[in-house]
Amino acid sequence: MFEYAPAPESREIVDIKPSYGLFIGGEWVDSLGEDHHKTINPASEEVLAEVAWATEADVDRAVQAARKAFATWSALPGSERAKYIFRIARIIQERSRELAVLETLDNGKPIRESRDVDLPLVAAHFFYYAGWADKLGYAGFGADPRPLGVAGQVIPWNFPLLMLAWKIAPALACGNTVVLKPAETTPLTALAFAEICRQADLPPGVVNIVTGAGETGAALVNHPGVDKVAFTGSTEVGRMIARSVAGTRKKLTLELGGKAANIVFEDAALDQAVEGIVNGIFFNQGHVCCAGSRLLVQESVADEVLDALKRRLSTLRLGDPMDKNTDIGAINSAAQLAKIRELSEAGVSEGAERWSPACPIPDRGFWFPPTVFTGVAQSHRIAREEIFGPVLSVLTFRTPAEAVEKANNTPYGLSAGVWTEKGSRILWMADRLRAGVVWANTFNRFDPTSPFGGFKESGYGREGGRHGLEAYLAV
Amino acid sequence: MSERLAVRKTYKLFIGGAFPRSESGRSYAVTSSKGDFLANAAKGSRKDARDAVAAARKAFPGWSSATPYNRGQILYRVAEMLEGRRAQFVAEVVDADGVTAKKAGELVDAAVDRLVWYAGWSDKIGAIRGGANPVAGPYFNLSTVEPMGVVAVVAPPAGPLLGLVSVIAPLIVTGNTCVVVASERAPLPSITLAEVLATSDLPGGVVNILTGSAGEIAPWLAGHMDVNGIDLTGADADLAVRCEELAAENLKRVLRPAQETVDWLADPGMDRMTAFLETKTVWHPIGV
Repeated sequence: MFEYAPAPESREIVDIKPSYGLFIGGEWVDSLGEDHHKTINPASEEVLAEVAWATEADVDRAVQAARKAFATWSALPGSERAKYIFRIARIIQERSRELAVLETLDNGKPIRESRDVDLPLVAAHFFYYAGWADKLGYAGFGADPRPLGVAGQVIPWNFPLLMLAWKIAPALACGNTVVLKPAETTPLTALAFAEICRQADLPPGVVNIVTGAGETGAALVNHPGVDKVAFTGSTEVGRMIARSVAGTRKKLTLELGGKAANIVFEDAALDQAVEGIVNGIFFNQGHVCCAGSRLLVQESVADEVLDALKRRLSTLRLGDPMDKNTDIGAINSAAQLAKIRELSEAGVSEGAERWSPACPIPDRGFWFPPTVFTGVAQSHRIAREEIFGPVLSVLTFRTPAEAVEKANNTPYGLSAGVWTEKGSRILWMADRLRAGVVWANTFNRFDPTSPFGGFKESGYGREGGRHGLEAYLAV
Repeated sequence: MSERLAVRKTYKLFIGGAFPRSESGRSYAVTSSKGDFLANAAKGSRKDARDAVAAARKAFPGWSSATPYNRGQILYRVAEMLEGRRAQFVAEVVDADGVTAKKAGELVDAAVDRLVWYAGWSDKIGAIRGGANPVAGPYFNLSTVEPMGVVAVVAPPAGPLLGLVSVIAPLIVTGNTCVVVASERAPLPSITLAEVLATSDLPGGVVNILTGSAGEIAPWLAGHMDVNGIDLTGADADLAVRCEELAAENLKRVLRPAQETVDWLADPGMDRMTAFLETKTVWHPIGV
């Protein structure tokens, strides 16, 4: 085993203000309320900044600003809207190093991931949808599809800026204006994005950012001036939102939880499969709705795969997210850490066998070692509930039919993985897996041209690709 | 010689390809638009709704994996059977809707034509709504559409035949199975349509039809955990809100009632099909 010298990324490039207001109508404004909260670096518990938690009245101001901007923004020729969005994409590329550092500081994810995955995808997403803005008539939704109006968007903390891009880029391209609420633990890149909108000279009110927690989000989705609600987050909150829009004309898209099966057949290229298993569940500390959190491995190769997996996990480096060698960063919050611990303890008490590599844990911050449970039954909580952490539950199967049965035995249906060298079996499996994304001999791939979203209780609607336009058009 | 006494038809439910009475033993009197007694229709219950969902779920694997060509042929066969019973449906639509025989004839013809139109979509919707996505990397990436599963439908109260056909055909042509709550006021054409479906090679359980009170039955379906979507086209405003709230429990896809009166004779577009389709995207690396 090699010794690694620390290779920390410099944080000099970011300039975090001590406190932030709300971004409404193109201006920074103070909240009308008194509720301010600190956002911290989960790797050190150091306070990064203080942000306002927007009140109902703040949300109302933001929706009004968005409504006012809608008239002119939606009337702009698509080619002009496109140029604004292209500008935003370019500025994101220019400032990507700064944004990656900021994301890692606020979120806890390894700098290697924010730099190499999040930020390139964010820029690509804006580039992609910019190009649609003047081509909507060719998208298959009628000759002149109309925008919906004001979109209220609520995003999670696992990919803060990427989820912002998934929400804002198609909304603007289609001619809507937006009020976006970032997650309460990761507001900083959304606030940096507000500055980017100013640098791009985006007309005031087209993008509004209101920070806050659940109450701010509820005020936004329940606001009668909102025409479209887009939410990414837990299935539990998604259900509440689905209930709250009943009886309105609000269009709703939801991207919710998952409990994906990653299925490894005996004929798979096992070394690649092991890399795929690791990427599937330990990427972004497992804070991924489409994470491959259930490994279904064919019985005949179960021991071999598990041995290789444990060997590989022993080489993962957990620690300072700003270190470029780090594989596993910090858990995003104390609350999330508590949830991961609770479910892991349930795994042990329900009879599964827990294993983690020897792994030093930093003294400060929120950390959870990569964890593998074997001997997991389908009835165990760790096989049914979304853990949203670096915890893998291993089950076995004998026949392809059994693999399908077990994979689909969940109320979720977001993603699935299949590992086999046999092409016809891949397609046979892909046909039968009830999931919105199926990764065959790969996992956790994302692209702006590729629609993403779930079946069943993983939500409805698709983000990305031509499909992603539908959520923001009156069709 | 005395005039021959007609043999009347007993109108029952249509569940799993069979015609059972309501397990509740209830029925209700159906009258024509003029108020004359027509027949006693079965008044479906919660148990009937649950049986119908079970039948629809059982039929789903076979129907959704039938080839699109096969589903298209069966829908076309339904159109043929409907055409063959044209006179019977014209008479029922006249009774139910109080329209002239000429108008009823147009409505029945439109229902036949609608089935033919949707039959042709079976093997085309996938090409229109899916396809390869040009991702930035060495991956083959393909999106396809798939049926959602079991869809509950509150059929439009008006247009007891054309409206009914117009909500059922787009669901089943893509491979969904359904449980339909027929028009409460004019349910008889729905059961006669069930006789058409039962003789058209459509597997039992693909379409299940319940007659009775939409206000009573639809909420059971909206809250049912094994129903994947609900089409509220025929629900009144209060019922629609109630059903949408119940549907949130397992995040059913909801098609809300239209704001304006639906013109069932107009081009229906693709919306009724796409409302109950899922998109699945498969990735695979490209390499040697």
